[in-house]
Amino acid sequence: MSVFAFTFYLFAITTVVGGLFTVISRNPVHSVLWLILAFLSSAGLFVTLGAEFVAMLLIIVYVGAVAVLFLFVVMMLDVDFAELKAEMAKYMPLALLIGIVIIMQLALAFGVWGFSDGVTDRIAAPQGDANNTAALGMLIYDKYIMLFQLAGLILLVAMIGAIVLTLRHRVDIKRQNVIAQMHRDPAKAMELKDVKPGQGL
Amino acid sequence: MISADIQIVMPEILLAVYAMLALLGAVYTTKDKMASLLTWVTSGLFVLLALWIGMNGQGTQTAFDGMFNDDAFARFSKVTILLSAAAVLVMSEAYMKRRGLLRFEYPILVALSVVGMMVMVSAGDLMALYMGLELQSLALYVVASLRRDSVKSTEAGLKYFVLGALSSGLLLYGASLTYGFAGTTLFSGIIEASAHHPSLGLLFGIVFLIAGLAFKVSAAPFHMWTPDVYQGSPTPVTAFFATAPKIAAMAMFARVVHDAFGGIVSEWQQIVAFLAVVSMFLGAVAAIGQKDIKRLMAYSSIAHMGFALMGLAAGTVLGVQAMLIYMVIYVTMNVGTFAFILGMERDGRPVTSIESLKMYSKRQPLRALAMLVLMFSLAGVPPMVGFFGKFYVLRAAYDAGLGWLAIAGVIASVIGAFYYLRIVYYMYFGEETDALDGKMNPVLWTFLMASALIMLVGVVNLFGIEPMAASAAAALVN
Repeated sequence: MSVFAFTFYLFAITTVVGGLFTVISRNPVHSVLWLILAFLSSAGLFVTLGAEFVAMLLIIVYVGAVAVLFLFVVMMLDVDFAELKAEMAKYMPLALLIGIVIIMQLALAFGVWGFSDGVTDRIAAPQGDANNTAALGMLIYDKYIMLFQLAGLILLVAMIGAIVLTLRHRVDIKRQNVIAQMHRDPAKAMELKDVKPGQGL
Repeated sequence: MISADIQIVMPEILLAVYAMLALLGAVYTTKDKMASLLTWVTSGLFVLLALWIGMNGQGTQTAFDGMFNDDAFARFSKVTILLSAAAVLVMSEAYMKRRGLLRFEYPILVALSVVGMMVMVSAGDLMALYMGLELQSLALYVVASLRRDSVKSTEAGLKYFVLGALSSGLLLYGASLTYGFAGTTLFSGIIEASAHHPSLGLLFGIVFLIAGLAFKVSAAPFHMWTPDVYQGSPTPVTAFFATAPKIAAMAMFARVVHDAFGGIVSEWQQIVAFLAVVSMFLGAVAAIGQKDIKRLMAYSSIAHMGFALMGLAAGTVLGVQAMLIYMVIYVTMNVGTFAFILGMERDGRPVTSIESLKMYSKRQPLRALAMLVLMFSLAGVPPMVGFFGKFYVLRAAYDAGLGWLAIAGVIASVIGAFYYLRIVYYMYFGEETDALDGKMNPVLWTFLMASALIMLVGVVNLFGIEPMAASAAAALVN
């Protein structure tokens, strides 16, 4: 077995095992840890394909941000997972149906899939000798600049939407007023009283 | 090269930049106090852009390697979208302000969703189409739940969002199958690839794509969200849903089936014809039991989408022309009808039940007359313009050899006439109930009267939209 085949099988088996244990482990924290393992080994698979940029993205974005966020949510929130699992059982037929549809799709793709005539001419040509990162940059910021900008607009709409629908400006709470604080005059804020002994105010 | 491309997408860029500047301006200054001003300015900008696109555009140009088309079809759709969005924005201002709903984000979200619609109707690539569609939909989900303290409005937004996401998933799945077959996402490549013998995979792709698109135009059997979203959203937002997004989605539908699959009309014709028949009948029958005028308008829009799809099902230049004319007439009628609905109030509170219109003619003869004209036009009664819209699509379907579809259309239109005429019956012959308020905002009054007048006067020559729609259709179908 060559080194390439060995690394491929190593990462592939770890990915599948990680995925499997994500689903079947009882403790949700363990699930997330298995998920991280699955992500890491898929990143390894990307490296064997020569897609080092995507591999790094997978680690930075999925492991670094998404999975750790998951972990925090799972640990912080008091979610009764046993109850959720009981709910899941109700939807089992639907899940099985979706599984069957996915298997049928695989059968379609590997069995009877027909490409159009002259498909090789239409498939986008490889981006010359540039390395991954440069090639992606050329595509995203040059060829697909319009789509990239539109994606930015979509994110902007999502941000505006989140604020419109959730931000409430409450008037019944105390807010910090920096200017007022800085211009506070100790002479006016305090009053000195000369209390006579034995009399009180 | 990039500067030439930017020149072509200039209207979209201007609108997007305006939205961002307006957002910054409003956030850093007086926020919601600016909302009225922003609404008027946005709607003025829509009108200016419509004039610019309508006057300036010449011929067919493509930008970004064919991802963006600027042709007569796109321009026709864009002008209609911009003008109807401007009309609805102006109508909504007073209504929303009075109910404390007018937030400065509303016109900005509408502007961004119009940017999305303009990209949708110009798309020359499945990716560009999806980007435009998501930009449009996401903004619409937010405005649907604008009245965030109301359970109904929140439900409308959530329902719209979940079902919209599902339909986007279907659309993307279809797009990926199509891409897998053709090897490209460009429409020009797909039409070349599908010219000879479409494979099973491509057929699946077309079916899923059309299912996703049918969700967006709310054609049965993908219409479930429409009544709830129409009823739950604030009425001005409902008016917006019933106008500009409908044209955009319909134009995008036409763009996909003709630009990408124009070589295999017979493959998708039956699917579109099926959608048309089901929508027409469901819209006509299900609306009969409705008591809420907003729900009724939702079913009415499903039925009307069925008629517009009938034009598309013809698969000819005449069919696309008929579809465009139908959509323009439909939107004009809807603007008038929603102007009336926005003005329905009792003691200053909005009323949407049909029963409240009983004997409306006695107190407001002129407005009742305008509504009568609009209802007759929606039903397709001959002297009104609405009849000509139906006539065009029926003729297109008949000429394309879909005689059965045309007959089904006539039957559905007769059934559908019942509930439009019932409103008229209530207004003129019902028993008297608590009166609606007599006051009506002058802006709404103007739109109601103008729309009704167009339905009568337009009979002469349809204001010349016929040749424009013909050249737009010719630019799309070739």
